[in-house]
Amino acid sequence: MQVTADERAQSRWAAGVIPYKQMGYWRPDYEPDDTDVLAAFRITPQIGVDPEEAAAAVAGESSTATWTVVWTDRLTALDNYQGKAYKVVPVPGSDPPQYIAYIAYKLDLFEEGSIANMASSIIGNVFGFKALKALRLEDIRVPREYVKTFQGPPHGIVNEREMLNKHGRPLLGATTKPKLGLSPRNYGRVVYEALRGGLDFVKDDENTNSQPFNRWRERYLYCMDAVQHAMAETGEIKGHYLNVTAASMEEMYERAEFARDLGSVIVMMDLTVGFTAMTSMSRWARKNGVLLHLHRAGYATYARQKNHGMNFRVLAKWCRMLGVDHIHSGTVVGKLEGDPRAIQGYYDTLRKDFIPRDGATGIYFDQDWVHMPSVMPVASGGIHAGQMHQLLHHLGEDVVLQFGGGTIGHPQGVAAGATANRVAVEVMIQARNEGRDYLREGPDILQRAALWSPELRAALEVWGEISFDYESTDVPDMVETPMPVVS
Amino acid sequence: MLITQGTFSFLPELTDEQIRAQIQYGLDNEWAVAIEFTDDPHPRNSYWEMWGMPMFDLKSAEEALREVNRCREAFPHRYIRVSLYDAKLTRQTIALQFMVNRPAEEPGFRLERQESKDRMVHYTLHSYASERPSGQRYGEGDA
Repeated sequence: MQVTADERAQSRWAAGVIPYKQMGYWRPDYEPDDTDVLAAFRITPQIGVDPEEAAAAVAGESSTATWTVVWTDRLTALDNYQGKAYKVVPVPGSDPPQYIAYIAYKLDLFEEGSIANMASSIIGNVFGFKALKALRLEDIRVPREYVKTFQGPPHGIVNEREMLNKHGRPLLGATTKPKLGLSPRNYGRVVYEALRGGLDFVKDDENTNSQPFNRWRERYLYCMDAVQHAMAETGEIKGHYLNVTAASMEEMYERAEFARDLGSVIVMMDLTVGFTAMTSMSRWARKNGVLLHLHRAGYATYARQKNHGMNFRVLAKWCRMLGVDHIHSGTVVGKLEGDPRAIQGYYDTLRKDFIPRDGATGIYFDQDWVHMPSVMPVASGGIHAGQMHQLLHHLGEDVVLQFGGGTIGHPQGVAAGATANRVAVEVMIQARNEGRDYLREGPDILQRAALWSPELRAALEVWGEISFDYESTDVPDMVETPMPVVS
Repeated sequence: MLITQGTFSFLPELTDEQIRAQIQYGLDNEWAVAIEFTDDPHPRNSYWEMWGMPMFDLKSAEEALREVNRCREAFPHRYIRVSLYDAKLTRQTIALQFMVNRPAEEPGFRLERQESKDRMVHYTLHSYASERPSGQRYGEGDA
């Protein structure tokens, strides 16, 4: 039967519920513009739900749609504002079946410079959608035009290194342990010993805020005396990440200003403060010439499981855009979750200017940062001097290696632990630069240095054999298909 | 004390052969080589004196090592550092920096604590050596 254009229009706009596909959210013929925001979602439809309809529903719910037809859409240039699911690719071997849905959004949908808005748009409503068993945002492509509306890191790797006067090796840090319970004065002792022994940074932990046994103002006073004293003992710039995380922005600013006034080169905040608070701190850090460290506290509640939530690489992009100087991004060899190739993708996302689509590292889209400064990744959790060759191999030199237990647990004391780590990193950089196969010869390089460094010798004796080999819960599984999108 | 600025300050003093190998690594990466010296090792003293212009387009590490040794002969009692500079877009900064000479005795720094109200402290690092005029800080024959 012949259907007239009038009848078609009527069925699209008749009151009631029609599939999202019919509402215009499934557009297999759509060719994304260079200025579109692109997203790759891993969708697990409920049994019997057509994957294209599921993809259209995600596109609809993350842009203009609601569950039923509304005539007020006709007051707008709807096609411009609709999210467009333009490709669905099955994930091989997935059970229940998973698909990667590619969705394009017009730039008009997003507010300039606002990660809160971008998050509310792309991950705001869709994750509870009943037609899906599970939904995960794997990656996004941020067009250049949108990138340029963000401040980016307050300083970036280049400026940080010039500020610290440290070039050509990973920076070394440690988190004060125990992270809770020490009085401010005892806490500062750990900071002093670790810094005078050879570390560049010591760090408050994510939950070190302002507890009854360790109020922030007291801690800052003792820690900064430790930092300044260690600078006098070594002639090097040193820092302690003073955690300014608090219940309100007013308190965060108060703490950050006190840290600045004491001469701290760096402050830190936790991811738990939220995108808007992080953006505000980023602007404060740029304005005040203080480095900004981010602890990704809480991220694994939504980033770890493969079928639901949001991959860390999206968070890495958002944090580079809203602007932090450091972010914890995985260790490969330590105690916390992380597939080596996926972590390579995160590190590339933070440090490089252009990151090409690459199935091996889980990068779904080309990403151009248009020379936005880079973010220093931080590797922390269960790493020690005996792994230095592996750490350098996997993580490169623009990274902060944080040895908490691996400094403070040293049998000869905190300063000796710091010295062991510094000797290990310098001897490994030296070997790499001399052209040696340092990954293979690493243990031997360390053992030879241990002949003249009793601190390194003791560290290797205690931790030399410790490793954390568990299967990763999340490894890249992108299917390499020709990509219609060229940016 | 031992000022530990620069990569490799925790290793035994580099031999000429080891210095040459590090410079060669820089040349392999197309980095320029700069030699600087100072008798003011304050960690925030960014501008040490330049031993000539940075060496761009250098073909051999031997040439740079020769300059290191000429600088050492001229200023045996000063701090001397080698910087390898990466001019590539998005870097445009020092890629590797290490010390190749230091005074026999390093008196170090005094930490001055300027106390103010509410236990606030303003800190100043004061180099003992800089109490004397430049050129007279680190022993006899200091040029």
